[in-house]
Amino acid sequence: MAKILMKGNEAIAESAVRAGGLLYFGYPITPQSEIAEYLAHRMPEVGGVFLQIESEVAVANVLYGAAGAGARVWTSSSSPGISLMMEAVSYIAAAELPCVIVNIVRCGPGLGGILPSQGDYFQAVKGGGHGDYRCLVLAPCSVQEAVDLMPLAFDRADRYRNPVIVIGDGMIGQMMEPVEFTEQQFPPLPPKDWATTGCQGRKPNVINSLYLDPVEEEKLNFKLAAKYEQMKKNEVRYEKFRTDRELECLLVAYGTTARVCKTAIQRLDDEGIPTGLLRPITLFPFPEEAIYELSQRARFLLSVEMSTGQMVEDVRLAVGRSKPVYFYGRAGGMVPSPEEVVDAVKRYLAGGDR
Amino acid sequence: MQIETVFAGFGGQGVMLAGRVLAEVGMKLGKEVVWLPSYGPEMRGGTANCVVIIADEPIASPIIAHPRDTVVMNRPSLEKFCPAQKPGGYAIVNSSLINIRPDRDDIRVVEVPANEVAIEAGSGKAANMVMLGAYVGVTGIVPVEAVIEQIKEEFQAKAKLIPLNITCVERGYDIGRAAAGYCV
Amino acid sequence: MKVIFRRPESLSVTPTHYCPGCTHGIIHRLIAEVIDELGLREKAVGIAPVGCSVLAFNYFNFDFQQAAHGRAPAVATGIKRARPDLIVFTYQGDGDLASIGMSEIIHAANRGEKFTVVFINNAIYGMTGGQMAPTTMPGQVTTTSPRGRDVNDVGYPIRMCELLSSLRTPAFIERVAVHNPKQVINARRALKQAFIYQRDRVCFTFVEFLSTCPTNWGMSPVQATRWLEENMMPYYPVKNFKTPEFTEGQNAD
Ligand SMILES: Cc1ncc(C[n+]2csc(CCOP(=O)(O)OP(=O)(O)O)c2C)c(N)n1
Ligand code: SF4
Repeated sequence: MAKILMKGNEAIAESAVRAGGLLYFGYPITPQSEIAEYLAHRMPEVGGVFLQIESEVAVANVLYGAAGAGARVWTSSSSPGISLMMEAVSYIAAAELPCVIVNIVRCGPGLGGILPSQGDYFQAVKGGGHGDYRCLVLAPCSVQEAVDLMPLAFDRADRYRNPVIVIGDGMIGQMMEPVEFTEQQFPPLPPKDWATTGCQGRKPNVINSLYLDPVEEEKLNFKLAAKYEQMKKNEVRYEKFRTDRELECLLVAYGTTARVCKTAIQRLDDEGIPTGLLRPITLFPFPEEAIYELSQRARFLLSVEMSTGQMVEDVRLAVGRSKPVYFYGRAGGMVPSPEEVVDAVKRYLAGGDR
Repeated sequence: MQIETVFAGFGGQGVMLAGRVLAEVGMKLGKEVVWLPSYGPEMRGGTANCVVIIADEPIASPIIAHPRDTVVMNRPSLEKFCPAQKPGGYAIVNSSLINIRPDRDDIRVVEVPANEVAIEAGSGKAANMVMLGAYVGVTGIVPVEAVIEQIKEEFQAKAKLIPLNITCVERGYDIGRAAAGYCV
Repeated sequence: MKVIFRRPESLSVTPTHYCPGCTHGIIHRLIAEVIDELGLREKAVGIAPVGCSVLAFNYFNFDFQQAAHGRAPAVATGIKRARPDLIVFTYQGDGDLASIGMSEIIHAANRGEKFTVVFINNAIYGMTGGQMAPTTMPGQVTTTSPRGRDVNDVGYPIRMCELLSSLRTPAFIERVAVHNPKQVINARRALKQAFIYQRDRVCFTFVEFLSTCPTNWGMSPVQATRWLEENMMPYYPVKNFKTPEFTEGQNAD
């Protein structure tokens, strides 16, 4: 199929439709409203459901209901809206229901602004809502990768019976790049025999997250924990860029920031400062092993983010005290430029700012 | 090779569309492309701009602090973007609305009376296409025929507008070609 | 010399960011005039919503708080319960008030919170670029109802005045318009009445303004006015819905 030029938001919507994400519920918010607007005309064409709901609080609970009834269901929003969904996401994780949530992150806290940011890292990877749970978190760095990750997101949500978050900064949503939609094959999924589809011919199913008996609740907690361990074993995804050599510095960055780092690396090469990049594609599970391994051939690591320092904490956990880990970030809708990353690397090389 | 071009002007001048046409053409020629809009609360009335990147290799950073070229349709855009251009780049300046020139001697400036040309061709609204044509004429970044093909596709639903837009691209192109030899 | 037109003290000197033909500006001015006239500026606290009027705090010359999307009535409740002597009003669009904030507005009204709500009904989401609102008219095309609002799928537009009037708690509830001078005079009267009831600690007060959004309706300001008259006014009647039994000055300090 020929490539088509598409805006990230619309490409995400189309990819979800092709992956069978035919139930979408949402509430408008910049910079991702194009997803809903695209689906408002696309869903009727494919016999799917598009519905604008009164709030993100309600959207996430609609997801809970639809997922509990066995549907492949998803939503999208941006940071303030995602915060409102956190209540239900905790219930969804507890009741082990599959759904996909796209967060086109804007800058915060509070109402913040509508420009790109990576300030929702903690919320996405550390649970976000109350209680002891995790979401699988996928972080594309291009429109094509966003398209490619949507079918995976739906598959993994169903396979693990867990919410999957696809996180992109505002730029991923707004930018146009050529994309190709290719069909992905996945092994067959187990039947959703737990769903509330009507109990004809079987015992009633209950979707629930209330466990007053501590023995039962702890059982659930450890069951979920075991599931997250499975994700850590099987789902870690990352890209290595120019790491097949001895490095002065290993950059760690995801999403658009990783692309900025690639340009910085080319410039650093010109100046004879070999630098590499590890780009996490899954933020949970985090590619700790890969980062640790690569860190051993670098003098130091630099986490580059559109935040005041969130992922850097996980990078530090990954390398322990074996190597220094520094941070460079811009926030508030400002995007780090390749020049700034080059300067930051040189500054730490020279021993400054330590 | 990688060329970055900023298209900038008032909201409503069609800079986003001009940039998108170029990006579409680049893609169809098999290049790597990115089209990145500025997006902000000033969707209307304020300034609008987009960056188009056309490259032979995969595009790393889509964020461009120093574009090679600019296509500026109003004065605030010239003041904002021309100072950031890389030396040796091109600035296509809409002289219908801008009465200053970029204060630089290391970029090549082409003045295009885009509004006048477009009005003469039938509607001032197509000034963006005059600018696009001129840019293609000066730089040869893509063949003008491919731009014309793209315009036919872009305006499929409003076929009435196709001849006007093609005429504007062609007139802009001629101005660009003529300037290509001597622009400094 | 008699001054016949001057900037109300309650308005600041900042130019607004509203589009040409948008009614937000007129309504700001009416609020400022009424607050000046009642001498309430130094006790006033406004609450800005999330919507096109999110920057309202820049345009008024008195205290303001900015609320999360839809939560202004809860914020106002907090202020008013902490400081009943303050004059508190929320300024909310139809997405903010009738969609995401429906719960907050109903419960504030039902508790009879003694603040004033200025409700801007422009039948669309302005700020986010023209999506369907709960008040969007049947058949009206928006970016999320590209084939027009289908009442069989998403129901009929919500009439907030009618809905809130059904609550038993006493209140002042009125719908007004501002698209011609006669309507503006009437709107000013209703708004002033609302602030008087608040000042005198009588009841919850709610004034709905039928408004235009030429930008997202895709119309010129003149066309927008006509569209409002022909489509919104028959469905959203301009009138008083509820008045408390009370005589002015009864509870005055
Ligand atoms: C929790 C949350 N969800 C969504 C948004 C995005 N948002 C900003 S304004 C708005 C609606 C504005 O419409 P309305 O209240 O009708 O006011 P208008 O702009 O028309 O004046 C929305 C949905 C947000 N800021 N926060
Ligand atoms: S978008 Fe609509 S509501 Fe917002 S300022 Fe413009 S006209 Fe007014």
